Amino acid sequence: MRKAVIFKGKLLPLLLMLPQLVITGIFFFWPAGQAIWSSLLREDAFGLNRSFVGLENFAEVVADPTWRDAAANTALFSFSVAVLALAAALLLAVQADKAIRGSGAYKTLLIWPYAVAPAIAAVLWLFLFHPQIGLIGRALNAAQLAWDYRLNGGQAMTLVIIASAWKQVSYNFIFFLAGLQSIPRAVLEAASIDGARPMRRFWTIIFPLLSPTSFFLLTVNLVYAFFDTFGVIHALTQGGPAKATETLIYKVYVDGVENLNLGASAAQSVILMAIVIAVTAAQFRLIERKVHY
Amino acid sequence: MLRRTLAKGAIGLTTAAMVAGRPAAAQGAPVEIQFWHGLTQPLGGMLEQVAAGFNESQQRYRVNASYRGGYSETMVAAIAAFRANNAPHIVQMFEVGTATMMAASRATKPVWELLQQTGVKIDFEDVLAGVRGYYSLPDGRMASMPFNSSTSVSFYNKDAFRKAGLDPEAFPRTWPAVAEAARKLKAAGIATPMTTSWPTWLMVEQFSAIHDIPLATKGNGFGGLDAELAINNPVLARHLQNLIDWHKEGLFRYGGRDNAADGLLPAGECAITFASSGTRARILREAKFDWGTAMLPYYDDVPKAPLNSIIGGASLWAMNKGPSGGRSEEEWKGVAEFFAWLAKPDVAAKWHMDTGYLPLTRSGYEQVKASGFYKQNVGADVPIEQMLRGGGVLTENSRGVRLGGFPEIRNIIQEEMERAFQGQQDAKALLENATRRGNVVLRNFERANRA
Repeated sequence: MRKAVIFKGKLLPLLLMLPQLVITGIFFFWPAGQAIWSSLLREDAFGLNRSFVGLENFAEVVADPTWRDAAANTALFSFSVAVLALAAALLLAVQADKAIRGSGAYKTLLIWPYAVAPAIAAVLWLFLFHPQIGLIGRALNAAQLAWDYRLNGGQAMTLVIIASAWKQVSYNFIFFLAGLQSIPRAVLEAASIDGARPMRRFWTIIFPLLSPTSFFLLTVNLVYAFFDTFGVIHALTQGGPAKATETLIYKVYVDGVENLNLGASAAQSVILMAIVIAVTAAQFRLIERKVHY
Repeated sequence: MLRRTLAKGAIGLTTAAMVAGRPAAAQGAPVEIQFWHGLTQPLGGMLEQVAAGFNESQQRYRVNASYRGGYSETMVAAIAAFRANNAPHIVQMFEVGTATMMAASRATKPVWELLQQTGVKIDFEDVLAGVRGYYSLPDGRMASMPFNSSTSVSFYNKDAFRKAGLDPEAFPRTWPAVAEAARKLKAAGIATPMTTSWPTWLMVEQFSAIHDIPLATKGNGFGGLDAELAINNPVLARHLQNLIDWHKEGLFRYGGRDNAADGLLPAGECAITFASSGTRARILREAKFDWGTAMLPYYDDVPKAPLNSIIGGASLWAMNKGPSGGRSEEEWKGVAEFFAWLAKPDVAAKWHMDTGYLPLTRSGYEQVKASGFYKQNVGADVPIEQMLRGGGVLTENSRGVRLGGFPEIRNIIQEEMERAFQGQQDAKALLENATRRGNVVLRNFERANRA
């Protein structure tokens, strides 16, 4: 039987929790409450006319084909970014973990992109892939491959996926590297002595032992692709061409800030909030148990 | 009625309290007037110099001009500030935000009312009709102060025209002739001869005005919030289908939304572009070839074409501090005096000559013309001449556009164009989809703004 330690008194614990509670209250519960309240209203941009419309905004959002397209885009985009960023980071981490000359320098260089702001990362990619001024963009066009991500939805989506994934590789790399270094050498050496070749050692020992790290990173990457890629999309494509790269979070911005349609925008952000709560709950309840620790 | 009186009384009291609380104001410290603008450099700096000129001309008011991001960011910032009871006195609002500002009647003070209340006089009779019409109420009273108005014109590469065996001094007048010229340019080695900036403004809004066809019912929305888009018409369908076909043929290139295509002509990638007259400064600086300016083309078998083009750019709005009013008489007076300063012939003429925006008044234009400015700056008068094309008499279709949520509608049309240029739909489907989606925006705006 476990013996619970119980502190006497309520004041001190509350006092100690207060800073955190205040911050959560001001920066989460208050704006979230405001969003829920505005999602039930229909008002003009200046807030001069407002009327309560119940769940009408939600009904309109869900019935809107452009919102459904954005949801499909988000699914494709998030999945691709997560897979690409995880796979690339794992490959790089495994290589950098080997005893090679200058591995410290490689590791440092691989971590660098994490310090780059999303919008700046996007500009770097723009300089590479812009059809007129971009190095690679020009080369593609010179090779008679019609490259213009500003008019080709598929190319635009590819570009924002690559740019967003590149940005996240460093973060994943750090965690994978740490995960690799915590795998006991003895286990790997024993496998080597038993005659397991590198590929086999990787798939039967390293990969399963990395699964807690991978799972944590998967969640973080999905959330990143959902919310933090706004800057990349905004700087590269503005959701275009023809909404081909408009994700749910970008649509919240377009409808709320550009089109000043506050009710619809608030309803969308409430739906996003519900999605994130569901994903987090699912993470703790369902999947985490099945991961091998 | 009683409520209004009470509100006015409350405002009066707060004003009195403010004046009493700040004795310095009476003793000569200038009244601060906040002016938020959305012009990037170098234009933004020129605008700030205009404000500095006003500040030097008198001691009572001090206009603080500050940059708040592009036009749409400035609009959003001003609206957010208004909701927080901290709006600027003056905000620069792009032309497509006009209907939004007008519908928010408690947020703004119309210029006619401002002038009446403060006793300041500005003569709007002389203002170019196309400019005046865009920013006035249906009965002709001014709603906002016209400031930087542009229109759009054709720019072309004369060297490329020579190379293709075309007359560099005669830009084709009609669209079929432009297409012919583009074919020759392509044959002479220019991969994609023609492009356009501001696809919606140029190819839909300007096109409709020049051909005297309605963009929306209710006189392009001037007659009320219940207007509907009328772009699904055969004249526009024919032109957009041509653009789609020329795109396929490689004569025309979609260069991106808004002003993204501005750089293609100066970089030598395209030989013909349709762009804001304000692009002149950039081409002047960047183009390393001989270039020309011409009026926008038209279809000569459309009965009333060509009429005048419409304007773009921005105007200045006088704003209340917040939902409960809260400006003193002195502040309003300062705003009015600043507007009057902008309308002074020499200030307006300098602004026009420095920036390339349209001159404010007809007499101002004549004055600049007499000074020989257009002889030294060939082509700088094309935009004004085009504004006066068709005799300078505006029709319901050529005086401008006043639709709620118009920035969103512009984007919808651009998105549907992008679908068409990708080969996913033809002009008919483009216009049908844009009309359907645009009307949803109009209905939402109507609902949100009905008291």
